[in-house]
Amino acid sequence: MSSTDYALYIENLTVSFDGFKAVDDVSIYVEKGTVHVVIGPNGAGKTTLLDLVCGKTKPTAGKIKFDDYDLTTMHEQDIVQAGVGRKFQTPSIYPSLTVFENLEVSYPKGRGVWGALGFKRDQEVIDRIHEVADMIYLSDKLQTPGELLSHGQKQWLEIGMLLIADLQMILLDEPVAGMSVVERKQTADLLRKISQNRSILVIEHDMNFVREIAHRVNVMHQGKVIAEGSMETVEKNEKVIEVYLGH
Amino acid sequence: MKLLESGVVSENRKHIISFIILAATLLLVFPLVFDIFRLNLVAKYLSLAFAAVGLVICWGHGGILSLGQGVFWGLGGYCLAAFLKLEAAVNIANEAGTDQIKALTTVGLPDFMDWNQITELPYIWYPFKSFPITLICVLIVPGIVAFIIGLAIFKRRVSGVYFAIITQALCWIMEILFVTRQGWTGGINGITDLRTCLGWDIRTQAAQYTLYFLTAGLLLAVILFSKKILSSKLGQLLVAIRDMEDRVRFSGYDVSNFKIFSFCLAAMISAVGGALFVLNVGFMSPKLVTIAPSIYMVIFCALGGRESLIGVVYGTLIVCFGRTYFSEQFPELWMFLMGGIFIVVTVACPKGLAGLFESHGAKALAFLKKFLKIENLASKDKKEVEA
Repeated sequence: MSSTDYALYIENLTVSFDGFKAVDDVSIYVEKGTVHVVIGPNGAGKTTLLDLVCGKTKPTAGKIKFDDYDLTTMHEQDIVQAGVGRKFQTPSIYPSLTVFENLEVSYPKGRGVWGALGFKRDQEVIDRIHEVADMIYLSDKLQTPGELLSHGQKQWLEIGMLLIADLQMILLDEPVAGMSVVERKQTADLLRKISQNRSILVIEHDMNFVREIAHRVNVMHQGKVIAEGSMETVEKNEKVIEVYLGH
Repeated sequence: MKLLESGVVSENRKHIISFIILAATLLLVFPLVFDIFRLNLVAKYLSLAFAAVGLVICWGHGGILSLGQGVFWGLGGYCLAAFLKLEAAVNIANEAGTDQIKALTTVGLPDFMDWNQITELPYIWYPFKSFPITLICVLIVPGIVAFIIGLAIFKRRVSGVYFAIITQALCWIMEILFVTRQGWTGGINGITDLRTCLGWDIRTQAAQYTLYFLTAGLLLAVILFSKKILSSKLGQLLVAIRDMEDRVRFSGYDVSNFKIFSFCLAAMISAVGGALFVLNVGFMSPKLVTIAPSIYMVIFCALGGRESLIGVVYGTLIVCFGRTYFSEQFPELWMFLMGGIFIVVTVACPKGLAGLFESHGAKALAFLKKFLKIENLASKDKKEVEA
């Protein structure tokens, strides 16, 4: 298969910080319309992997392909405009804007200075915001300032900001961290729903949650991928049990 | 949706009311209460308020603390002063008669150029021969300077304290430039002795009244214009960048472009104020372009509330009036008194006077209405506040 058959095609990706290889020869192929999860102990290089994909860090070697785009050479904003977006580990929303405004700012129109000046809040925008707010369980909080949301709601809002931006590839860094059991369940439902017409790469610690959502799993350890496959096969892998699950 | 609309409406209503109060204060109360000397002082203060309004956009909303707004304010002022000076030079030549003046000076050349042995008008003065081009320069020159600085700094992702320090350095550079290039700029004295604008004597009382209303009117117009920009998506984005820059960048925006825009806009708004200052006061000097005035402009915002376009006008007026009053009444203590006010305000209400009004204004208003026994109105207003 060629690189464009995958939603995201990461091959032999390496980044080295002063000789320390945080990500070492990693290859991950995310299939279209799936939820792909990367697990691994602290310091395995998972977040660095996302930094590399979304352009925050530039790789030392290797390829990251999305459609025909070579993400390793692009600026952060261009990567997003190509259709790859990312949720941060700590919920990053705009605290002084309302939920409505948070979503409106992420609407994929008026991204230039003049475009933003001329941007009009028309019915199409309003409808889309309501639609997304429904999906992320925040339709009754539209007028609440971001800072007053609970931790879990902030996580949802950030996912909603990615949804409204109409991205084909979504990267989520620990989306259920700090969530209650009910919220985790709702998030799993949400991810299943949104993965129907886009692909999702998730970094996660919570094994039950991973079991629930993952189509495929990669296990990382000390910058390297040590196992790949479905959750069932990965869980039985001895190496994985040794470095991670056994603890 | 209903909730949304009512929220927006009551918010808008509050803005409109405070804008009307400000407009009434500037256009009715001040002209009725003050004599022309004080009114001219107010016009001077209001011309400084332009810089504060610019800072509301780039600092209060965009999070870019610029300690160099005085530079842009001054550039706008210098541009207009250059035009007025050329006009003055021609007038002097006409009044004195060419034969006599020819022996002493070059006709049509500003006096300070003569003193610096410059016999021909420098090329950079040529645009200021024409009034329309001068007006364009008032906006464009500071705009271009801000654009170049913004491009160099924001594209490299320099921000915060580092940016503030660079803008301070800019003040210092501008002052040195304007003082040392005496032949072009009038040196330490600046450009003085400006009397007419397009043949209209700007020193008469009637002219000062007119200029006061021009200054106040333009300030109000600039506030409305800024309000329009801040309520657009661009305004929301500025707040978003201030609070969570990375999130904006990873939502597909080139953050630096928005920073450059708000910095340029703030510079151009300041420049309008500088030009009005020249008309009201009749001179421009490098001391007004430098570090201390730029810091004062930030203090206006800190006191008035850096997020409030209207609050900073009051902030400017209070600081400037305070400076004048205290320095007249307590020549030795006034610096300490001013310092005391700043400390009290920043400690007691970090959002400035506007923040104070926001948190206690509704309560005070309700109390006042109850006190006046207009209960119907009060309950109606309360309902709206609740909604």
